[in-house]
Amino acid sequence: MSLMLLWTDIMVWILTGMILLWGWRLSKSPEARRKWHYIFRSPLAMASAVVLGFYMLFALADSVHFKVTEPSKTERLYAGEIVSLLDMAMMHQKAYSERTYSAPFATTEYAKSIVVGEDGITRQQNLPLKHVAAEYPVKKSLLALFLGIFVSLLLIGAHLWLTAQEGFMQRIFAVFKGKSELPWRTGYAVLTLFIVLFTWLYVMSFSYHVLGTDKVGGDVFYASLKSIRTGVLIGILTTLVTLPLAIFLGVSAGYFRGWVDDLIQYLYTTLSSIPGVLLIAAGVLMMQVMMDNHPDWFASTIERSDLRLLFLIFILGVTSWTGLCRLLRAETLRISQMDYVTAAKAFGVSKWRIMARHIVPNLTHIILISVVLDFSGLVLAEAVLSYVGVGVDPTMYSWGNMINQARLEMAREPMVWWSLFSSFAFMFVLVLAANLFSDRVQHVLDPRNAQ
Amino acid sequence: MFAYMIRRILYAVPILVGVNFITFMLFFMVNTPDDMARAQLGAKQVTPQMIAAWKAEKGYDKPLFYNEKAGGVEKVTDTLFVDESLKLFTFDFGHSDANRDIAEEIKQRMGPSLSIALPTFLIALVTNISLALLLVLFRGSVLDITMMIVAVMIMSVSGLFYIIAGQVLFSKIWHWVPISGYESGWAGVKFIILPVMIGVFSGLGAGVRWYRSIFLEQINQDYVRTARAKGLSEIAVLFKHVLPNGMLPILTGVVVIIPSLFMGSLIMESFFGIPGLGSYTIDAINAQDFAIVKAMVFLGSVLYIIGLILTDISYTLFDPRVKL
Repeated sequence: MSLMLLWTDIMVWILTGMILLWGWRLSKSPEARRKWHYIFRSPLAMASAVVLGFYMLFALADSVHFKVTEPSKTERLYAGEIVSLLDMAMMHQKAYSERTYSAPFATTEYAKSIVVGEDGITRQQNLPLKHVAAEYPVKKSLLALFLGIFVSLLLIGAHLWLTAQEGFMQRIFAVFKGKSELPWRTGYAVLTLFIVLFTWLYVMSFSYHVLGTDKVGGDVFYASLKSIRTGVLIGILTTLVTLPLAIFLGVSAGYFRGWVDDLIQYLYTTLSSIPGVLLIAAGVLMMQVMMDNHPDWFASTIERSDLRLLFLIFILGVTSWTGLCRLLRAETLRISQMDYVTAAKAFGVSKWRIMARHIVPNLTHIILISVVLDFSGLVLAEAVLSYVGVGVDPTMYSWGNMINQARLEMAREPMVWWSLFSSFAFMFVLVLAANLFSDRVQHVLDPRNAQ
Repeated sequence: MFAYMIRRILYAVPILVGVNFITFMLFFMVNTPDDMARAQLGAKQVTPQMIAAWKAEKGYDKPLFYNEKAGGVEKVTDTLFVDESLKLFTFDFGHSDANRDIAEEIKQRMGPSLSIALPTFLIALVTNISLALLLVLFRGSVLDITMMIVAVMIMSVSGLFYIIAGQVLFSKIWHWVPISGYESGWAGVKFIILPVMIGVFSGLGAGVRWYRSIFLEQINQDYVRTARAKGLSEIAVLFKHVLPNGMLPILTGVVVIIPSLFMGSLIMESFFGIPGLGSYTIDAINAQDFAIVKAMVFLGSVLYIIGLILTDISYTLFDPRVKL
């Protein structure tokens, strides 16, 4: 196997690197440390940060791709196939699929099939699933539970050890009585809950389809996990496109005024007067035409869907910078009247330096608030766009595609509810965590709320 | 006032030209007339002659922005861009791939769109404001905190979930209303109830939070303290002082979307089988009918710009501080 990074992989890792670098620089400023400390002092913020971290971890694990060089019969891999780290961990579900729908933890198929028995009589019966081993469910569950708790205790212990200054035992007591400076107790509880739940599902996924199977027999648990990457990527990579545009144009408009301001205002008024979904739809339709005309841009389905995701992110970014730009322009107008900017001008500091050193740093709270606020909206938008038909590639795993495929099965009796349930549940947890976290960030960083 | 309105409308012209330019770029630079000809003619062996003939027939044989062959002003005006823009400005949207007049279809479909969008908008406005006022009245109480948590949860659920869950519960299991369909007049009410209810509910979280924050901003102002010092009851303060003053920021957010109600809702209409503009757009997107999408982009922008103008005018009407 050889490492092969897709375009979106590269962007994700660049963004991760940038976030880490920014965090490292931030950690050296006592003022910023105090602010972030204050953000995490809320148990809700701590809990949602842990959840977000969990999702991020899956997105990152799914963003390291390898190209298969030697085909493997046992794992049903063909040469040239592209698999991610997550795929490797889920190989037992990726490679083996059923024939059609089956309910979570079912041992037989959902629909009855017509079978000719040995005695020559045709019967309708639910065929058993091929890749289910329904022995010892309780034993396996207990094992999974034990494993999950063990792993969480290991992680929590390591963290306690690292943060303990006065002594390990005192530290444990302080944290579990809720006396630590940050609500680590809540963080640990959420972490344990998620790890135990995931380990249980993971261990059981070797013997069952824990969340059922979809129309073509694919495992829903695997699809939901794969969809995390799509959702998270759309949420965070769009900002990578939005921010440079919004910051550059907004700050220039506010600082230079005059015709530059007029031009930029004209630009964003025009863009924002086109209804968002329609602009995105138009952009995506044109992108499809372009990709149909250039089949040489991609070698495989995965690369094609990746390219399409990249374009979608680009289109979303280009259509959504106007709101932030308007805010930044207004704030820059205000800041550039301040004495310290006048002083900097009087000292002969160049324009670009004033903007970079004196104005942009004072806009970070607006930028940050808007980034975290947009994230949940983008994750939800992905589902709607996929439904409209202008979302990610239909072959790509995404919650929107899952909903889209499953919604036609509502009319069946009994209902095929598990695909819908899983995608909505995965999406809900992510968006709820993002919303709660962004509320807290906004509350702390917004100067109007400063005490 | 009249002069102001004229000026305001004139401001809108360059923006509309800009919108036109963007749609033109999207639809003609990427999907060039040559591509369109190839797609329309369909055949695999399309000769350059056939493409040229098709372009001449449809009037697509002019250059995009600059016509060297023409003389004088016509160098700029006798181009595809100007032709296309003029067509849109006169609301001549041409024909769809199914060879129907798009402008005519839009006229027919506005009614069904409005019959969903308008009730949703009005009911949502009243519900959100009353709930927000209630929460502001009991601010800091258990009710306020619980409702705020509920609001975040409502916000965090995908809108698609409400539609699907609503259809399953009310139509499939309880059989209260038909699952989808449309009828004009009073007979159609049974089709409208569910989409309207779902539309109101899915916007409840974000709406209540927004209105509540607007009212809370007012409640800390000096004039509210003065009103309380006069001995006014909390309810009187809320309705006589906070609500009227909160109306101004509400106007900015609300008036601008009123014209856009004509566009209908993409998702709602296609889930509930309502023959409005939203489902029209979705069908066009799925069928890759560019002429319709282009018309809808233009129409949407015009309606939005009308909304902006209305916002400005409503400001001059309601805010005594704004003088022309």
